[in-house]
Amino acid sequence: MSMIFGKLTLKDIPLQEPIIVGATLFMGVVAFATVWLITRHKKWGYLWNEWFTSVDHKKIGIMYIMLAFVMLMRGFADAVMMRTQQAVAVAGATGYLPPDHYDQIFTAHGVIMIFFMAMPFVIGLMNVVVPLQIGARDVAFPFLNSLSFWLTVAGAALINVSLAVGEFARTGWLAYPPLSELSFSPGVGVDYYLWSLQISGVGTTLAGVNFIATILKMRAPGMTLMRMPVFTWTTLCTNILIVAAFPILTVTLALLSLDRYLGMHFFTNDMGGNPMMYVNLIWAWGHPEVYILILPMFGAFSEIISTFSGKSLFGYKSMVYATMAIAVLSFIVWLHHFFTMGAGANVNAFFGITTMIISVPTGVKIFNWLFTMYRGRVRFTTPVLWTIGFMITFTVGGMTGVMMALPAADFVLHNSLFLIAHFHNAIIGGVVFGCFAALNYWFPKAFGFTLNERLGKASFWCWLIGFYVAFVPLYALGFMGMTRRLNHYDNPAWQPWLIVAAVGAGIILLGIMFQIAQLVVSVWKREEYRDVTGDPWGGRTLEWSVSSPPPFYNFAATPVVHDIDAWHDMKKRGQTGVPSHFAPIHMPRDTGAGFIIGMLCIPLGFALVWHIWWLAIASFVGTVAVAIVHSFNEDRDYYVLAEQVAEIEGRRTPALAGEA
Amino acid sequence: MKTLRILQTPGGDDGQGTVPPSAFHVDEHEHHDPAPTVQLGFWIYLMSDCILFAGLFATFAVLSQNFAGGPTGRELFDLPYVAVETALLLLSSLSYGAAMLAVNAGRRGAVMFWLAVTFLLGLAFIGMELNEFHHMIAEGAGPDRSGFLSAFFTLVGTHGLHVTSGLVWMAIMMVQLGLRGLNPTTNRRLMCLSLFWHFLDIVWIGVFSFVYLLGAAA
Repeated sequence: MSMIFGKLTLKDIPLQEPIIVGATLFMGVVAFATVWLITRHKKWGYLWNEWFTSVDHKKIGIMYIMLAFVMLMRGFADAVMMRTQQAVAVAGATGYLPPDHYDQIFTAHGVIMIFFMAMPFVIGLMNVVVPLQIGARDVAFPFLNSLSFWLTVAGAALINVSLAVGEFARTGWLAYPPLSELSFSPGVGVDYYLWSLQISGVGTTLAGVNFIATILKMRAPGMTLMRMPVFTWTTLCTNILIVAAFPILTVTLALLSLDRYLGMHFFTNDMGGNPMMYVNLIWAWGHPEVYILILPMFGAFSEIISTFSGKSLFGYKSMVYATMAIAVLSFIVWLHHFFTMGAGANVNAFFGITTMIISVPTGVKIFNWLFTMYRGRVRFTTPVLWTIGFMITFTVGGMTGVMMALPAADFVLHNSLFLIAHFHNAIIGGVVFGCFAALNYWFPKAFGFTLNERLGKASFWCWLIGFYVAFVPLYALGFMGMTRRLNHYDNPAWQPWLIVAAVGAGIILLGIMFQIAQLVVSVWKREEYRDVTGDPWGGRTLEWSVSSPPPFYNFAATPVVHDIDAWHDMKKRGQTGVPSHFAPIHMPRDTGAGFIIGMLCIPLGFALVWHIWWLAIASFVGTVAVAIVHSFNEDRDYYVLAEQVAEIEGRRTPALAGEA
Repeated sequence: MKTLRILQTPGGDDGQGTVPPSAFHVDEHEHHDPAPTVQLGFWIYLMSDCILFAGLFATFAVLSQNFAGGPTGRELFDLPYVAVETALLLLSSLSYGAAMLAVNAGRRGAVMFWLAVTFLLGLAFIGMELNEFHHMIAEGAGPDRSGFLSAFFTLVGTHGLHVTSGLVWMAIMMVQLGLRGLNPTTNRRLMCLSLFWHFLDIVWIGVFSFVYLLGAAA
């Protein structure tokens, strides 16, 4: 049997855990209902042709963001379970989550939120926006883009499988050894962790390569580097960070896998291993990673605040230099995550100082946004509310971060709830608020209709208030000595604060409900919210110069750029019509290769987790074979004829001309 | 509905202000040569690979003295043997260079010949490396013996895996050359493989110097 199923037995399906069985059943019902609906409406062909095999950056971006939303639901369910558990498990009470399950929940929460919610959201936004902002027809390597996405999906799928078959890691989201070594974590949880991150990490690295090449090589004529929109700039810096940092993650996870699979001694306690090396390596990736997430959001906020203030961005150049400075500095602060390691006073002082320095360019950005609003005609739309909420919340989060940059203070605060409050302050206030601001801002561009403002604002207020109610108590609890990752505790003085925090999570839940309602209502009333102009906000950059949604080739004719705010400049000069004639357009052909390789990585990862070697070999050979077969495919691109372009534009331009 | 504004496109405007500003480039006179973009992309990929190796070198540096009572590099490494290995790989870079010269000259037969030479040299390198690994494991100096040996096998083995995938790539290129001859696509791919192959050579020089020479001297 073990030849066929490896370590997998029927006992590995956790039927004794009612919560897991319930969650699995729920996932099963949703999956079954989705499949049933698609079959019933005969949509499989449509999905395959229009989405699964698509290399269109806009569609891939939309799929990334849908994945992020699905995973947000799962990650948030984990958060609600943690908050409710800690609200009740005091002084002898053990709560409803046994430690064994609770440890998996906080690990899954962190892993899902960072790798499968924030990352897909950010990469999805880049996909939708960047080619349009630079006047390109697609990314540099459209097939690679599709492959990146499906690898990310494979990683996410593997994490969800771990819920139903086996277990997830109980190690915390970075899986520090020696706890994550085989001797202390003999189950498959850490293996699920390793392979899901390894597979999706490869996808992310390829996406990084793709976007750097896209931004450096495919800009419209006239768009010099210093005329690029700020979102494109921050995307460029983020992708440089991805290419420079993700290989370190790949190495680190690979070395831990070698320890676990081949009995090597990289991070073991004995035989010459060095566990602290893992902590150094993972944070050499991990700190740049937080900037990978936040930099594109800085870009999005810049676009939003400039558009809705009706002014060009204050201090464009300083914004660009600040972004670059952050990108460079992000590689020399990693040790502040473990001042308590004992590296010595001088080392700690160095990293403490660099950490304080990195807050300076971030401060520059805050002032740039404030001065952009100053004397502008600010329209308080939903994206602007998210932006202002971000500016306040992120500043608070940044300041508590600088507090912990003092090694002496960090010795007290390390691994306490103060730290948890700090990084949620930065990540929710920065990345999550940024994602929602960007969603409300660019949604009409992707789908052709705007989102309901009233529900959007309701959602914002619930998130903002809920955030403070949920996390301010955690600062206090940190000072009271409560450490992170506690399943239950004896100190009754902590409980009131934890109950307040749980209420905060409830308010955030309300915010999420409003967001879902916002999407549903907006789709329902989409004719009413239809954006016929392509430029619903009075935008300043090139994505607003095409219709909403843009034609699949984006631009009927390549725009020529004369200013930083290229579209604003065209509007000013009255050059907003359609070209007098059209030329054939060169486009990439769709291919299923990326989808197939990505999907083969699910059995590959599953087989590696469970030591089902025949399946692992077969899936791996399958991925290589598909890639080789694809390399023989010469029919990769085609031309859209000028007459076809003229016909498509003819159907769109009456609406476009209304603006002109 | 207002009347449709039709913009005349004088052309020649590159956004640099040399001619009156226009909104569009309609006639796409650029011929969609993907080669420069692919090469840039491949360079960026190589840099990411470079960081991957940097991580492995750093790991080796940290663990290089952690023998855990097991054998040291001085006891294990056979420098003349590794020197032959190194010579094979360096020669293969030279022969790949000859293949690229033949590509530029448009001589398919010569390209095939030099690719075959490169392939055999690379294969011999991998064979020697596997033989070395086999001997070490048989002597009880496998990767699970100590932190030092874990780092050694992983660094050298990762390089070996890269060379192996380069060999697979080379074999496929020879098939594609046989079927389709020299065309822009195969030329572009041979150029990328060339970058990859020379890159692995440079990494090996690092391995030879830092792992073998320093290890045998220590």
